[in-house]
Amino acid sequence: MYNNTKEYDVIVVGAGHAGCEAALAASRMGCETLIITMNLDNIALMSCNPAIGGVAKGHLVREIDALGGEMAKCIDKTGIQFRVLNTSKGHAVQAYRAQADKQLYRWEMKAVLEREKGLDIKQGIVEGLLIEDGKAVGVKTNTGILYRSRGVILTTGTFLKGLIHIGLINFPAGRAGEFSAEKLSDNLKDLGFEVGRLKTGTPPRLDAKTINFSGLTRQSGDDNPRPFSYSTEKITQRQIPCYLTYTNMETHRIIMENLDRSPLYCGVIKGIGPRYCPSIEDKVKRFPEKERHQVFLEPEGYETTEYYTNGVSTSLPIDVQLKFLRTIKGLEKVEIMRPGYAIEYDFIPPTQLMPTLETKLIKNLYLAGQINGTSGYEEAAAQGLMVGINAGLSTQGKEPLILDRSEAYIGVLIDDLITKGTEEPYRMFTSRAEYRLVLRQDNADLRLKEKGYRVGLVREEEFVRFVNKREGIKREIYRLNKTILKPNAHINKILESMGTNILNEPVTLLELLRRPEITYNKLIQLETIPKSQFLNPDIIEQVEIQVKYEGYINRELEKIGRFKRLEGKRMPQGIDFKNIPGLSTEVKEKLSKIKPVSIGQASRISGVTPSAISILIVYLEQLKRKVTPKSIGRDS
Amino acid sequence: MFDLTDTISAISTPPGEGGIGIVRVSGPASISIAKKIFTTPKGESLNGVESHKLIHGYIKDPDTRKNIDEVLLTVMHSPKSFTGEDVVEISCHGGTLPLNKILSLTINNGARLAEPGEFTKKAFLNGRLNLLQAEAVIDIIKSKSDTALESAMNQLQGGLAEKITSIRSILINILAEIEADIDFPEEDIEFTPLSSPPLQGGARGGITLQKNLESALTEIGQLVDSYRYGKVYREGVSVVIAGRPNVGKSSLMNALLNEERAIVTSIPGTTRDTIEEGLNINGLTIKIVDTAGIRKSEGFVEQEGIKRTQKAIEGAGLIIFLLDGSEGLREEDKDLIKEIKQKNKPIIIAINKIDVENKNSSEWAGHPSGGWVGEFLKISALKNIGLNELRSKIFDIIYNGHCKTPEGIFITRERHRELLSKSQDSLNKAINAINQNLSSEFIAADLRLSLDSLGEITGETYSEDVLNRIFQEFCIGK
Repeated sequence: MYNNTKEYDVIVVGAGHAGCEAALAASRMGCETLIITMNLDNIALMSCNPAIGGVAKGHLVREIDALGGEMAKCIDKTGIQFRVLNTSKGHAVQAYRAQADKQLYRWEMKAVLEREKGLDIKQGIVEGLLIEDGKAVGVKTNTGILYRSRGVILTTGTFLKGLIHIGLINFPAGRAGEFSAEKLSDNLKDLGFEVGRLKTGTPPRLDAKTINFSGLTRQSGDDNPRPFSYSTEKITQRQIPCYLTYTNMETHRIIMENLDRSPLYCGVIKGIGPRYCPSIEDKVKRFPEKERHQVFLEPEGYETTEYYTNGVSTSLPIDVQLKFLRTIKGLEKVEIMRPGYAIEYDFIPPTQLMPTLETKLIKNLYLAGQINGTSGYEEAAAQGLMVGINAGLSTQGKEPLILDRSEAYIGVLIDDLITKGTEEPYRMFTSRAEYRLVLRQDNADLRLKEKGYRVGLVREEEFVRFVNKREGIKREIYRLNKTILKPNAHINKILESMGTNILNEPVTLLELLRRPEITYNKLIQLETIPKSQFLNPDIIEQVEIQVKYEGYINRELEKIGRFKRLEGKRMPQGIDFKNIPGLSTEVKEKLSKIKPVSIGQASRISGVTPSAISILIVYLEQLKRKVTPKSIGRDS
Repeated sequence: MFDLTDTISAISTPPGEGGIGIVRVSGPASISIAKKIFTTPKGESLNGVESHKLIHGYIKDPDTRKNIDEVLLTVMHSPKSFTGEDVVEISCHGGTLPLNKILSLTINNGARLAEPGEFTKKAFLNGRLNLLQAEAVIDIIKSKSDTALESAMNQLQGGLAEKITSIRSILINILAEIEADIDFPEEDIEFTPLSSPPLQGGARGGITLQKNLESALTEIGQLVDSYRYGKVYREGVSVVIAGRPNVGKSSLMNALLNEERAIVTSIPGTTRDTIEEGLNINGLTIKIVDTAGIRKSEGFVEQEGIKRTQKAIEGAGLIIFLLDGSEGLREEDKDLIKEIKQKNKPIIIAINKIDVENKNSSEWAGHPSGGWVGEFLKISALKNIGLNELRSKIFDIIYNGHCKTPEGIFITRERHRELLSKSQDSLNKAINAINQNLSSEFIAADLRLSLDSLGEITGETYSEDVLNRIFQEFCIGK
């Protein structure tokens, strides 16, 4: 056993999307940080699809950026096709998605880590935690090195007892071609954690030389690619297309015929897979009436012939994979470079975590990413950023940063995980957010940038730019509200040409902007504003949204007010739920397990009834008065 | 979920027909609510009204401008009130009708129906009760909720629970389609804008969704309207005993009540007025009404009585049509039943006095002129024969709801009415949003609110159900 002499503030185990954000955040906040991973060549590797963003996931990336995380900047530099989704469906659900050059992405992220002063990067396999007085104080590796620290962050992805299935053959691996971490999850179990098992899968990668793209539907990116990051001015790199093809009845016949060789259908796989990302064998079996399924052929980068086959994740044997792929248009002569596979892995059911993602069991131990039962790079990165921030704040002796459900998708994500747990790999959807109209991707900066700045992750010049934008929005709305337009022939003629009602009496510009057919750019045609004073499009967008949807937004803000009042009722630490009179046994057990930090959180635990909440509120008041006896039985 | 800044309202006197009833409103909006629904005889304003002072006046419905009841109103300014908040107490005439009407008015004007024990809870949280009393607060919340909110679904009558579940699932299906369209734009799901006609080949969205939405709205509307019928249930279904004079209607009423209530003589036309009594059959409250026998008569008093009888029949939930078994079927009986049948109400035909002498029993089984008698019960009010069968027949008909809305489902509680009408409002907004071509996120927002309100009745949240529905219905998997 060798003791590494340097003592760290924070050690991050794993360098995937969660680990990278965690390490960068902690280090940038001034913590002596170590990131330790099995293979330095695989930092920030995209294990599955070569893409970032999408609906809800893209929202997460924008929030990560607003808080000072790295993911958005990294994809902006290495994306090879950018698209805005849901453009016809309203601002709250519009989302960014980009294909990435997988290798460039990991190189870029590795370079960012390496440039970070005070961040040590080491290769090694962590086999156990050092625990003293119920606190995590370091890790030990398979080569017998002890690293000591004041906090440990685990971001182990699919590596804990990872077991890959290809047909009925299976073998331990954390990813194709990599070791699994066999000992760490036993160590966690020995420490008293409940450990569960999940499953996920990935499709085969094909060789472009053997694909016939002619006749396939070409999918190009947007003409004006929009960057994820608020700090990126413009996307300048070359954009390349994806292609769309379809499975057919012959494909489905081959799959159905070979289900007896599917580990999924032979009961070999025990872990639960995600419903939103089923294997092709699942899709064919569950929706037999569908005559075809989409297959997106996505390039994995500029300089590679590897193509990702989005839509045909599979764990069928390699010969069956090849056989069914070759029934698909364009893939008649295809060669597989890497086969698809399923992977089972251990996770720590996240109801064992606090809102900071610190474990309830062991102090200063934080978990982020797939170890918490989530799936997706964006979900992982979001958690990684938050544990990095909170481990950092904790070593500084400061209050944690907790985002609630009304502030960010990140808040929804973490609250769902710690309050409800998850049965399948958890993915973010906008439908999970009850305050969706407020949690838009366009206003992530308005919601979060100041918080990112306060913890020290948003750089000064970025923040100044943001404050200017925020002021600009306020000023313009104020101006529109103060500027009164009087009806005259000239104005009414313009209005008529815009297809809107003419004016009979004076109105403010703000009122006019509320008309669905009047955009901001139409509105300023009614004024005489010199071009030099035109506002920047970011400000215009916010003004437009805030004015046009004011009614809906205000209604949501009112709901948020109620929500906040319940969240604001904090549960004192160490409360013994079993001793609260009047609660049913079931409710007591649930509260004891989840240990909610607020009345609001308690109310979201399934099975905790409204009357139980009333009793809790009264009980809290009792406790409060016992501590500070005052105003007892004030008389009128 | 309740919020301490809400203004709450409830009837604070025990249920039943007491002489005086009190509706209590507590919270920041209570005085402004009172201003909207209360007026003094001289039309003075409640502005600057003295605390803890009785004011005489009227409760009026601000929409119809009709007076509801003459009341005494007290304003108690915060913090010197039971709850520590602004409180308004309205003392009105007892009886379920005025109390419920006034409660509804407070709710329609900004209050929310109080949760069980909520006044006491507020009192405690605002420092008006001491620590020892807190134990009692918990007990109240606990005991009241046991019978109120906890098993929300179990508390609903069978038909209502099913009805709400079915409306809820229509809404969840609609929401699932909209959410699938929002969250999975890259999937192979054909979805047409909500305001346009459906695509061919079973595409989703469009008019189909809108139609489903409208049908859910109609169903919720029917439930909200059924509150009127539900009133009957709260106050007791009216069971009217009808028949020509002297067939033994009053005897039957007395027999059912086990007491001498109506005057019983053998002079036809003794009962000149309708007589009402409350009766409890297997836990079901009914209002039993004895009527003057209907026949052609010259006497003015009787004429008046007959008018009232006809009115009672109009308001009846169930009619017991009584025949005299000792006399056999008369033309008068036939005319009467024809008239009553036109009212389209459930009828029990009972042949009384079967103890006397059974005349021509074959005549009852099926009358040659059309067999209108059909099924009937044989009873003797005097000798207490067949009365249990009659009771259980009454119970069956009322309990199975044959005498309410067309579908026999109705709501009885103000809380349900409040939540259903909120749900209805939100659905109307969703339809407006569709008509204005707003994007689907706004339509979804209204649908979510609608489901939130239904969820408060059934105690269910929808988020997981929507996701389950999406994954069940759509092949998601890019």
